[in-house]
Amino acid sequence: MKKLLAGAAIALMTMSGVASADGHANYPERPVMMMVSYGAGGATDFQARIVTMTAGNEDALGMPIAIINKPGAGGRVGWNWFATQADNDGYTLSAYNVPHFIAQSIKGGVEYSAASFEPIANWGADPAVFVVGADSDFNSMADVVAFAKENPGKLTFSGAGLFVGHHIAALQIEKAAGVKMAYIPTKGGGAAAMKAVIAGDVLGGVNNLSDAFRAAASGSVKILGVADLERNEFLPDVPTMMEQGLDVDNSSVNFRGVMVPAGTPQGIIDKLAAKVPEMFANSRVAGKMKAGGSPMHIMTRDEVKAMWAAREETLKELLAGL
Amino acid sequence: MEFIYYFGEVFTPISFGLLLIGTIGGLILGATPGLSPTMAVALLIPFTFHLEAAQGLILLGAAYTSTVAGGAVSAILLKIPGAPANIATTLDGHTMAQKGRGAEALQLSFLASLVGGVFGVFLLIFLSPLLSKAALAFGPSELFWIAILGVTIIGSLDSNSVVKGLLSGCIGMWLATIGFDDIMGAQRFIFHSSLGGGINIIAALIGLFAIPQVISMFAKGRVEVDAEVIQIEKHSIFDAIRELTRRTRALSIGTAVGSIIGLIPGVGGQIAGLVAYDQSKKFSKESHKFGTGHSEGIIAAESANNAMVGPSLVPLLTLSIPGSPTAAVLLGGLLIHGIFPGSDLFDNNPDVAWTFIDSMLIGQILMCIFGLYIASFAARVSRVPQSVMAAVVLGLALFGSYSVQHSIGDVYVMATLGIGMYFLERFGFSAAPLVLGLILGPIAEANFIQGSMIANATDGRLAYFFTGNLNLLLVAIVILSIGYSAWMEISSRSDTKNEGTTS
Repeated sequence: MKKLLAGAAIALMTMSGVASADGHANYPERPVMMMVSYGAGGATDFQARIVTMTAGNEDALGMPIAIINKPGAGGRVGWNWFATQADNDGYTLSAYNVPHFIAQSIKGGVEYSAASFEPIANWGADPAVFVVGADSDFNSMADVVAFAKENPGKLTFSGAGLFVGHHIAALQIEKAAGVKMAYIPTKGGGAAAMKAVIAGDVLGGVNNLSDAFRAAASGSVKILGVADLERNEFLPDVPTMMEQGLDVDNSSVNFRGVMVPAGTPQGIIDKLAAKVPEMFANSRVAGKMKAGGSPMHIMTRDEVKAMWAAREETLKELLAGL
Repeated sequence: MEFIYYFGEVFTPISFGLLLIGTIGGLILGATPGLSPTMAVALLIPFTFHLEAAQGLILLGAAYTSTVAGGAVSAILLKIPGAPANIATTLDGHTMAQKGRGAEALQLSFLASLVGGVFGVFLLIFLSPLLSKAALAFGPSELFWIAILGVTIIGSLDSNSVVKGLLSGCIGMWLATIGFDDIMGAQRFIFHSSLGGGINIIAALIGLFAIPQVISMFAKGRVEVDAEVIQIEKHSIFDAIRELTRRTRALSIGTAVGSIIGLIPGVGGQIAGLVAYDQSKKFSKESHKFGTGHSEGIIAAESANNAMVGPSLVPLLTLSIPGSPTAAVLLGGLLIHGIFPGSDLFDNNPDVAWTFIDSMLIGQILMCIFGLYIASFAARVSRVPQSVMAAVVLGLALFGSYSVQHSIGDVYVMATLGIGMYFLERFGFSAAPLVLGLILGPIAEANFIQGSMIANATDGRLAYFFTGNLNLLLVAIVILSIGYSAWMEISSRSDTKNEGTTS
């Protein structure tokens, strides 16, 4: 067994050796793997499968991208693996979720930071929204804040966990309104948090715009506000938090994109950074994303780099007191 | 009755072809250790990109139905439960196979799956709106009590000793705490990097069930060369049907338990089989035969895990809430075609919704037919010499645990737990209660923490966990269940005393 493993490792090393010798002109020469640090069926997994479906086309990478799920501990398991064990030969990509991984690295206990990864491109931006049950008395963020002021610490609202976009939005709302509310992190992601709102287990909740849009369409929830800089094309009638007098910016927006481990050859990074945004812009991809209610937001490597740096700064400040 | 109108759609050449592919492929994937129904359905998602919405869902629905049933094949023949749903099937199923009655065990399991599965889909067809309200009634406090109810059956699941059963359950619950805690993000017992994500349930299942068996097979092979020749009995399907009709109690308990548990979001099919097994054991007149290759055990477990398929889709199709990981993957299959589940689905896309549901009904029947066909070959497996069999099972265990999430860490976990379990088994502990602890621990913990957080913000813990009709009902069942186990233990002790004095 050991010999077999060693043999396989040597074979892999020689393969990657060959790849770096020829100046990456032929990259990629074999199918590429992309790790998603959430389970199959989650929003990140679902979108990753759509945006990579045209990778095999000649005008894209010319090689298919296979999705591999390494879920666990809010993404920490997958990103730990990616930062420490993944090969940096360009054949192992990963999906990222900002602010999740940056917030986790600030809180500590993980083996990565923003410096462990090199961004390639961003495909989507899913803002956090505030939802309440369809029969709730709350009709605007002002109602929510008024209730929270009268009953400090008694307004229960759900979200997908601690130190994820939902939690960041929750912290920002509390800070902006100057109130104390009871954030209830759920196990089982956004779907479980949404169920808690629909079933009336909690009075409200922070959730993904894409999931909330669907739940609102089926008549189970009302969406009171969007935690982003501008209104969203999926929900043109829902005002932003800022419009409602709450100073909440886009720090909690869930940006999804592709990255590689630090140390990946510059030639490969450049090639990916040029090709991948084009691949995302494919009309078939855009059609499927729109049909699924997933907001797209394509950003290039340089734009993502700036976005990561900006997030890191705001999050450090926001999480300092916790 | 709208669903009858759409049956025609299922029988168009393409749809029916996909149904066949999904069913046969699902049986094979389900029988492969390590490929849970969720993984199997996720693997098929890319193929649905190129199909129409209804056709894509037919493929996914058929695969879901038949992977759940297909898991019984490896559970019975190899003692590797393909998914948590099939744990209970190994208890009696593998014992039957060891006695050369593998064909009979498989026939019974597929027939029971058919009955349970069809009942579950009919619930989905006729009672969806009603059931969706019921599904929402289970908040954190109710789910906590359900998990505690599950804990109370840990003791009675082990046929040897209540104390050893409870101890195994405790070990399982401790193992469940390993890793990052999902709510607070605290790190617990992570002394090796492969434990960061906690113990993967599929890898644990493979290790706990398959490895002790492999070790004892190898050990036996050294001592006595081919001493054991198992007589293989051919078993007629009609006999199996007759057996099934004699065991209506186990069949109806299995079907009912599976349907109810399948409906509860977040608990899902993981424990349906085990709870049904335990309940039918308690109500059976021949409860002492359970665990020794008794047909009721298989019937209850398999009817339960297929009965759960239909109701588990109710929260998804009516409320757009995926109640199980598999439902979440199916949600992706719907979204990719721009169809939003919820009331919108039945109003605006009835052709998709009903064709999908109808295909699950036909899929159940196809699954049973192909399953029975497989069963006729299964007898040959027991003709394989033990040393070869051990090597095959070991290979499948390595492959299965690696393929869950392409992680060598899961293989380490599988091997460690397996070797540990081998020694535990020699001391009379068994794997089923341990696994139940592993499954229930996180459900109980997460819901208790969440419930406490809500309770602290509102009316206090006592009021939160002990008010409401459903809470009180569940607490009453928990007390009954504990009382029953205690009573059985005491009465069985006095039995042995009596035997001692009379003999």
